Amino acid sequence: MKGIVLWHRKLPFIILNKWEATLKIIIRRNWNQILPWLMLIVSLTGFCLFYLAPFIVSFFYSVVDNPIHGAFCGLQNYKELFRNQYFLKGLKNTVVFMAISIPLNMVLSLGVALVIHKMKRYPKFFSLIFLIPLAIPSATSAFFWESFWGVHGTFNKFLSVFGIRGIDWLDSKYSMMAMVVIFIWKNIGYNMALYLSGLSSIPEQYYEYADVEGAGFVWKFKHITWVYLIPTSFLVLIMTFVNSFKVFKEIYIITGEYPPDGLYVLQHYMNNMFLSLNYSKLASAIYILTIVIVLFVACLFRTERKLSKDLHY
Amino acid sequence: MSKQRVQRWKSRFWWLLFLAITVIYMAPLIITFTNSFMSSTEVERNYNVSGMEEGSYVDMNLIPEKVTLSQYAELLFDSPVYLNMFWNSVKITVPIVVGQIIVSTLAAYAFTVLKFKGKELLFFLYIIVMLLPLQVTLMPNYIVADWLGITDSYLAIILSGIFNPFGVFLLRQFMKSLPDAYLEAAKIDGAGNGKIFISIILPMIKPGIAATAMLTLLDYWNLVDQAIIFIQDSEKQPLSTFLAQINNGDIGLAFAGSCFYAVPMLLVLLYGQEHLKQGIAITGIKG
Repeated sequence: MKGIVLWHRKLPFIILNKWEATLKIIIRRNWNQILPWLMLIVSLTGFCLFYLAPFIVSFFYSVVDNPIHGAFCGLQNYKELFRNQYFLKGLKNTVVFMAISIPLNMVLSLGVALVIHKMKRYPKFFSLIFLIPLAIPSATSAFFWESFWGVHGTFNKFLSVFGIRGIDWLDSKYSMMAMVVIFIWKNIGYNMALYLSGLSSIPEQYYEYADVEGAGFVWKFKHITWVYLIPTSFLVLIMTFVNSFKVFKEIYIITGEYPPDGLYVLQHYMNNMFLSLNYSKLASAIYILTIVIVLFVACLFRTERKLSKDLHY
Repeated sequence: MSKQRVQRWKSRFWWLLFLAITVIYMAPLIITFTNSFMSSTEVERNYNVSGMEEGSYVDMNLIPEKVTLSQYAELLFDSPVYLNMFWNSVKITVPIVVGQIIVSTLAAYAFTVLKFKGKELLFFLYIIVMLLPLQVTLMPNYIVADWLGITDSYLAIILSGIFNPFGVFLLRQFMKSLPDAYLEAAKIDGAGNGKIFISIILPMIKPGIAATAMLTLLDYWNLVDQAIIFIQDSEKQPLSTFLAQINNGDIGLAFAGSCFYAVPMLLVLLYGQEHLKQGIAITGIKG
């Protein structure tokens, strides 16, 4: 009797042990195949949990009229968004800002990288200087630029020497330019580092051959440097794109939630919608922006693939 | 003038131009540094624009009237609040950097060796999320944090930071640049994925890891928006957020605070500059 009771209690453990044993064998035999999956799953779980899943959930917000007990209203929120003057203003400013600042930043940082790459004395020192803005707290750079562009700012002080009466540059039709300057000041170093790393991977012999043939600077740049920098440029473009959204931080610190018209970007709109708990509008704005970005990246990848197919480097 | 002399003057000119640009470039740092030795009243007088008349300007003086350490004394000794906030920044940033490196190194390796349908699509999703501005991912993050009950704690910021797809993207680019021959040789020798990862891949991607760590560190050391959204308690705010709000109030401390806060990152740059250059291997962005 006693033995039966014991056996009955042991049974689940015996089965479990057997299962465990087989599982162990399976895992041990296929460990090599399983391991990479485990490696991926760590990241994938967090990625899905913190980014993907809530992102998909937020689609639900964008098609109801009210986040709490809302009724389905189709594309109403999207339609309203395209009639909303603030959203349109933010969208326009964001697009204009990117269209100016991204190419300008890429060209300038390539120029700086080329100069530093050629430098015989202190190249490290100079590249460090261009990286410094990355280490300065955003609040500090915001404060500096506010003191620079303001009505009582240093820029106006400089202009007053020539008898020009200054304006508040951040609240004028030139405010976009002020924002571009801030962005470029902050981000040249980042792109320069990318370009420097691209430049240092170009074999030196190519330039020597070109020198033997008597090629000029422009020819060398066009046929060697640029060709080899195309993959770098794509990476730079992507990173500049990411960073161009981040200029919002400085602008936000300087001007707060309701900046002058010229500085109102999409992030202001989203931030204000978030703070006023207007999730429906925020979610639809998020989806519109995401669609734009997906299209942009898809085009970018297509171009990249085509170019690299043509080049065979 | 001989041709050689013209050449020499030309190169001097370019040198001077470049030097001038760098001086302008460094101005914010230099001014922040020297002005941190001003007394609070001098800073107020120089920078407070609220009572300023038309035609008078902010004084960005390079040299203080009287050199004093009073700003630093107030920051470091008079009240523990600032040091606490500095410590808060460390408590947020360090776990993010460590977690991000571990998670993304593993994932980047998995993306390199695994072959499955939809892999490129998945990576494409990573890139898209990486490209989205913070304001877009903030609401999804907030929804999850709310659901997990971790709003008003560092965990909300730390966890979303750890799983930021940026590291996976950068490290995968780096791993792609490694010659395949190493992996093939190791496989022929019978090394498994675990062994290849630890004894071949990890040592080779050290510069990539350093670059990822640096960029993540610089990014999160300066975080402002997330802390404002997730952390209500003002004592628990990181120093970066506090500095962002100081501009509207007591600017007397701003310079010393900024200097104090920038020093660790400057050291990181100084030490890690070379890693940054080597660590971003360029192989294009194709999936």
